[in-house]
Amino acid sequence: MTENITPIWEVFIRARNGNAHRHAGSIHAADAEMAMQAARDIYTRREEGNSLWVVRSSDIHASDPGDGGMMFDPAADKIYRHPTFYELPEDVGNM
Amino acid sequence: MYTQALNSETVVSTIDDEQKMTAFQARIDREEKIEPNDWMPAAYRKTLIRQISQHAHSEIVGMLPEGNWVTRAPSLKRKAALLAKIQDEGGHGLYLYCAAETLGVTREHLVDQLLSGKAKYSSIFNYPTLNWADVGVVGWLVDGAAIMNQIPLCRCSYGPYARAMIRVCKEESFHQRQGYELLLQMMKGSEDLKEMVQDAVNRMWWPSLMMFGPSDGVSEHSSNSMRWKIKRFTNDDLRQKFVDATVPQAKILGVTLPDPDLVFDEVSGNWKYGEPDWAEFKRVIAGHGVCNKQRLKDRISAHENGAWVREAALVYAEKQKSRMAQSAA
Amino acid sequence: MTDNVLYTYVVRLADDAIILSQRLSEWCGHASHIEEDVALSNIALDLIGQARILYSHAARLEGKGRTEDDICFFRVERQYTNCLLVEQPNADFAVTITRQLFFSAFMLPFWTALKSSGDVILSGLAAKAEKEVAYHLRHSSEWFIRLGDGTPESHSRIEAAVDGLWMYTGELFDVDEITAGLVKRGLAIDPETLRSEWNETINAVLARATISRPDDCWMQIGGRSGEHTEHLGHLLSPMQYLQRSYPGETW
Repeated sequence: MTENITPIWEVFIRARNGNAHRHAGSIHAADAEMAMQAARDIYTRREEGNSLWVVRSSDIHASDPGDGGMMFDPAADKIYRHPTFYELPEDVGNM
Repeated sequence: MYTQALNSETVVSTIDDEQKMTAFQARIDREEKIEPNDWMPAAYRKTLIRQISQHAHSEIVGMLPEGNWVTRAPSLKRKAALLAKIQDEGGHGLYLYCAAETLGVTREHLVDQLLSGKAKYSSIFNYPTLNWADVGVVGWLVDGAAIMNQIPLCRCSYGPYARAMIRVCKEESFHQRQGYELLLQMMKGSEDLKEMVQDAVNRMWWPSLMMFGPSDGVSEHSSNSMRWKIKRFTNDDLRQKFVDATVPQAKILGVTLPDPDLVFDEVSGNWKYGEPDWAEFKRVIAGHGVCNKQRLKDRISAHENGAWVREAALVYAEKQKSRMAQSAA
Repeated sequence: MTDNVLYTYVVRLADDAIILSQRLSEWCGHASHIEEDVALSNIALDLIGQARILYSHAARLEGKGRTEDDICFFRVERQYTNCLLVEQPNADFAVTITRQLFFSAFMLPFWTALKSSGDVILSGLAAKAEKEVAYHLRHSSEWFIRLGDGTPESHSRIEAAVDGLWMYTGELFDVDEITAGLVKRGLAIDPETLRSEWNETINAVLARATISRPDDCWMQIGGRSGEHTEHLGHLLSPMQYLQRSYPGETW
């Protein structure tokens, strides 16, 4: 087989205005226009959204799960970033 | 939508680091999902690639028996429903190929495996659809069996597979209903139509039971897939659930299921059923069903006839890219 | 009240939609790649939806208590009034796309214009169909361009498709007394008013696809009066087989 590889695109859908685009899945297409059409035809047949992004999968830079420790664990003990860390008298009310 | 336990188990490599294995299993046991770039045992990867791609192939080949009736649908309403359903199956095949691709294989490679006969797909699609009621019975029994298989897969330990299955199950909810409704309508019609329905049920019942794969006693599958939470129920468990769900539906429909051993067991609360013809199952899996050759031939010709289309799209994309580069320069 | 003239017009539109959707659904499971399989089915489903509204409307106009299915499935070749273009066989993907392009490039301005029809069902449908066809046109144009400007093989296939189908495009603009009468009543569209937009669309797509426009040639008509190409009968045979074999059943 000498079949050339058709690139993969990641599809992001915004369900409605006010929401963020969310990853829905991927499709294969030769270029962006075809990717957009395929994304529309495959992922929005049941009114799943009103806006689409398609991104070449190869253009996505993902963090390495092996770096998970140094990347994400140091955030775990920074409880002072959260409002509940600070105690106020009740009569202050909502703040 | 159609998984079937077909292949023997992949042997776990001893090269995989013992510690990593332990940590991996601990994650699975904690019900954590495994994501594409996470470390995973080679055998886990291999099992998943095989299962997900078989599942994808089944969806794609599964378009053919129903497609056999798409131009002959007897009303505009049925034509639309059938076409939408077959289209969904194409979409499901695509979601699944994409899920498999996250494990480091290309769709081109997987398709090549299907077309060269190396990969398997669900045996049910090697049976012919011979009358219009088959379209209904495929929806009712075949999709019904598939759904039993698929719902637990929504909780599969591999994230992309589980996510694909959630989407598939959501979309599939109308498939079984449209099939059953089609049959209900036919059963209100003339004797001719009722006979068609019974005939279709007679032919499809046993192959539908076989969709769950061999009995647990003889299944080569299991321990690793269960341990890794790729699979959550045994073949026989799922088959029993399917029989229990289907018997009352058959009664409402007014058809008989072609199993003289079918009897309600008061003790277990289950319907006991007869033994499927496992020799037939093995024969069809091995390539000797009525439609094996025809299905493969159809897929091959679609692929070959489409080669110039896929190539043209790629060549055009390259041309456009170099035009853009030139005009930017 | 029966309106035979409007009935005839509505059935023509319905026949166009159902015959083309029947052609497109022949691709189901056989397209070049899954994405396109799904795309062609989407177009076919839009067209079935249009046909159902139109046949139901025709049935009401006729006033004989027939249903959408009665009209769709119980006529013979000579009673179908679709244009010849839509019944042409799929042949290859180039022909399928070219047929879709020629038809959609006409139907987009057609539905846009028909939104102002005095017939509320037609104007209502037009608003919906306009959006659907706009996408069909985009889909077929983009493919046409890629095939035309793709490989030597795809280029020559598209060229052959244009050459084979061009003679059926004239019928889109044909006006007989049915159409003319309804145009006067403000119910139908004079297709002549759509010709320049069709030309513009087609010329632009042909140019981007590096395909030259065929010279003016003999334009075959006949579909509107039931004089079809031989292909239609073969399309209708499977389509009607169950309805004809078991008449009077509800499916």
